Amino acid sequence: MAVLDHRAELNRAGANATGFFGTARFLMRRYPLGAVGAVIVVLFVLTALFAPWLTAYDPTSTNPRASLARPTADHILGADFMGRDMWSRVAYGARISLAVGVGSTFLGCLIGVAVGLTSGYFGGWYDLLIQRLIDIMQALPLLVMALVMAASLGPSLQNTIIAIAIPLVPNVARVIRSNTLSLREMPYVEAARAVGMSELGIAVRHVLPNTLAPLIVLATAQLGAAILTEAALSFLGLGIPEPHPSWGRMLSESAAEYVRTAPWLVIFPGIAISLAVFGTNLLGDALRDYLDPRQRT
Amino acid sequence: MGAYLVRRFFLMLLTLFGMSVLIFVLLRVMPGNISDILFESAGLVNPAEKAKIEKELGLDQPLVVQYSTWISGLLRGDLGYAYVSEKPALDEILPRIPITAKLAVLALFFSIVLGVPLGVISAVKQDTPLDYALRVVSLSGLSLPSFWLALLILMGFVHFLGWIPIYTDKPATIWHELALLSIPAAAVGFRASALIMRLTRSSMLEVLRQDYIRTARAKGASAASVNYDHALRNAVLPVITIIGIEAAFLIGGLIVTETVFNIPGVARFLVEAIRWRDYPIVQNLVMFIAVVVVVVNFLVDMAYVVLDPRIKYED
Amino acid sequence: MDARADVQPEAGAQALLEVDDLQTYFFTRQGVVKAVDGVSFALRRGETLAIVGESGCGKSITALSLLRLIPDPPGRIVGGTVRLAGHDLMTLDEPAMRNVRGNDISMIFQEPMTSLNPVMTIGRQIAEVILLHQDVSRKEALAKAVEMLRLVRIPEPEQRVREYPHQLSGGMRQRAMIAIALACNPKVLIADEPTTALDVTIQAQILELIVELQQKLGTAVILITHDLGVVAETAQRVIVMYAGRKVEEAPVGELFAHALHPYTHGLLASIPRLDLMRGEVNDTPQRLQEITGIVPALTDLPQGCVFAPRCKFADDRCRAQYPPYEQKRSGHWAACWNSDALYGGALHA
Repeated sequence: MAVLDHRAELNRAGANATGFFGTARFLMRRYPLGAVGAVIVVLFVLTALFAPWLTAYDPTSTNPRASLARPTADHILGADFMGRDMWSRVAYGARISLAVGVGSTFLGCLIGVAVGLTSGYFGGWYDLLIQRLIDIMQALPLLVMALVMAASLGPSLQNTIIAIAIPLVPNVARVIRSNTLSLREMPYVEAARAVGMSELGIAVRHVLPNTLAPLIVLATAQLGAAILTEAALSFLGLGIPEPHPSWGRMLSESAAEYVRTAPWLVIFPGIAISLAVFGTNLLGDALRDYLDPRQRT
Repeated sequence: MGAYLVRRFFLMLLTLFGMSVLIFVLLRVMPGNISDILFESAGLVNPAEKAKIEKELGLDQPLVVQYSTWISGLLRGDLGYAYVSEKPALDEILPRIPITAKLAVLALFFSIVLGVPLGVISAVKQDTPLDYALRVVSLSGLSLPSFWLALLILMGFVHFLGWIPIYTDKPATIWHELALLSIPAAAVGFRASALIMRLTRSSMLEVLRQDYIRTARAKGASAASVNYDHALRNAVLPVITIIGIEAAFLIGGLIVTETVFNIPGVARFLVEAIRWRDYPIVQNLVMFIAVVVVVVNFLVDMAYVVLDPRIKYED
Repeated sequence: MDARADVQPEAGAQALLEVDDLQTYFFTRQGVVKAVDGVSFALRRGETLAIVGESGCGKSITALSLLRLIPDPPGRIVGGTVRLAGHDLMTLDEPAMRNVRGNDISMIFQEPMTSLNPVMTIGRQIAEVILLHQDVSRKEALAKAVEMLRLVRIPEPEQRVREYPHQLSGGMRQRAMIAIALACNPKVLIADEPTTALDVTIQAQILELIVELQQKLGTAVILITHDLGVVAETAQRVIVMYAGRKVEEAPVGELFAHALHPYTHGLLASIPRLDLMRGEVNDTPQRLQEITGIVPALTDLPQGCVFAPRCKFADDRCRAQYPPYEQKRSGHWAACWNSDALYGGALHA
């Protein structure tokens, strides 16, 4: 039998992790990909928050002399056709991306939880109606639904958030509903009912907190989808209007043409989108493993 | 089984009916209809002429009338006339379907061929460096916007080969067409394969935790036999349902990819029609997409019944 | 060809299976869980040995350790030897170990509902183990599968081999599991709570079947259970486990008549006996006894006797030092400081 180093085995399992930093160190070792994701997400948020201090140019100010400038010390990521600094636009673009991503995910989850919780908890004809509605909304791809919504609401930041939030609702509602259904049968819920707790009280006190873990996992996954959908909408010209520096929009401006002449205009916004989504996805995966190891995608 | 089929079929019809109402309502709350857009872009503001056009297009009718006109037409195979081209909508839509269909089938093929084996390997080698690498690949597949991936592919062609694989009107041979389509299909398929890979992995991991896997090991079965004979057989069943989800997922990717590669399919056509508020095209196309997604999911459910010995749907 | 050639019995070897100082630990965030901590026992040919204890006492982990099927991570067999006919299983490489599993030692699990592969026919699942260990054709293996189903008294075996697990009842599935386990005529059969998940009427049938087949085939059986009633009916010897350790071992009659460990007494007292409860034995009806408290967390075991916190007889010595595991009567071993004072005196008199 091989001699075992008990300390090493225990460290691997995280038994000696104490305090905030100890726990953080353990989590980083246990979920290295999640740690990378967390770092990317933090950088993304910091860039959005401190964009004015990180950039030398206004993202919307044009300069004919810098038109299609190559990346140099002046414009580290180059400049677009109108001479706007790409680094400024990418950095400020993080704000748009974050605002739409977080805004639509939050809105979508809020409505989704309300719908899912009530339909799972109260059941009956209300649940049937909601289920059919969810079925109907899920029959359309996220992007198609968002396209139609965005077109019908008109292009603006606020409308883009709504156009992306609504298609996210059925997914959230479905997960929360099925979770609520199983929680409703739990012995402690039966017990709460037996001691005379009101139905609403049970729903809020016992069922809602237990759906928190799956909700966090789901919300992180939806955040990536929301950022990507915003990029696609803006790419197709139906999302964030000019002159806001949206990453997707930057790629739409006759991007296929710049593939030949100014590849930096294509490369950098794309990297920004991919990194932001990659970071949230990595973080979301690690959160799922940590909070909800049995849940499947 | 028969009863289940019938019930499932009627639910499908109900979903499609709800879908049609939803699409119709969404499109009618759009600010500005085609006549507004035409007049703005042409700089004309003659109210009489505008009203005439609206009357011609039936936009002055009550919504209920407009809706029933659409649906009864749809059931008769009459989709109305496109506002922009003034041709029958059916003639505009139908010729564009085969291109998108070929693209979708190719992309699905790529995604399954790539996604299923890699997902299985990733699960079997859980928490090894190989698993980490494959997870990073699949996650990055889900993180790259497909239109950007398409642009990168274009860039690669320009840089290394000096030409762009743009879909021309009529490729000379099937092989030429296949070659041209497989490039955008790979761009869409890569993203879709990432989804399949992740779902295959988690399905496989779930199965590997089951009691019957322990039984197989207690019989003396080798790791390979346990993984591929016992586990995979169970894990592929949920993966089949993914193909239903994939249908919706692929369409999203096709919309942007057709735009980048300038492919004259229905997906790109939808975006153009939305921009022009071309209701007959938009509502019929969105309805068509919904029908495709719902029917694919119905077929997937049926396949599941056939493939899984446990499911009988006797109620 | 017999794949078992490498574990032929040695001349003079008394026991078929000897387990010595087995230690299986789980390394978790909460610390080391000593699920099996220094367990030793021997199993003779054709004998039935019962391992009893509450859930979480380490009996199932002991069984899985014998087959080296502990999920790693988090589990690991950290010490001890398991000798089958004199050969140490712990030093075998994986292919050699696979030859032991299902062939020399096979196992029946608690959950017949989930222990069979749902998408394979019963016949294939039995044939699989035969094909793995014997040099026969697929057709012969399937014929053998039918024979095995007949042996475990499943009606219409020719029909059943083509059916899937969900088409069988729980009792039938457990019979199929037994058919799988006995298909290669193993030397040792481990039955891990084989009847717990079944209806009471089916339980008796399955136990009878195991006993009958054991006598017919000469298989040695390790029966893992928490049910002393089952033990009384089937086993020759009993091991009582508590918190990962063996606390008592005796022939079955001896144990029921003269248990020497307070924990065993607790287990015996918690068997419902109608005669006692109706007051037919004593004048006053007695209530069902229970052992107060719960099994301690295995990461946080007390310093002395592991049972001391729940033992009403525990004194300072019990709390300070683990009692030696000693032979107190002929063939009867126990680990208790006070067994002589509590139970021994009266017996020796």
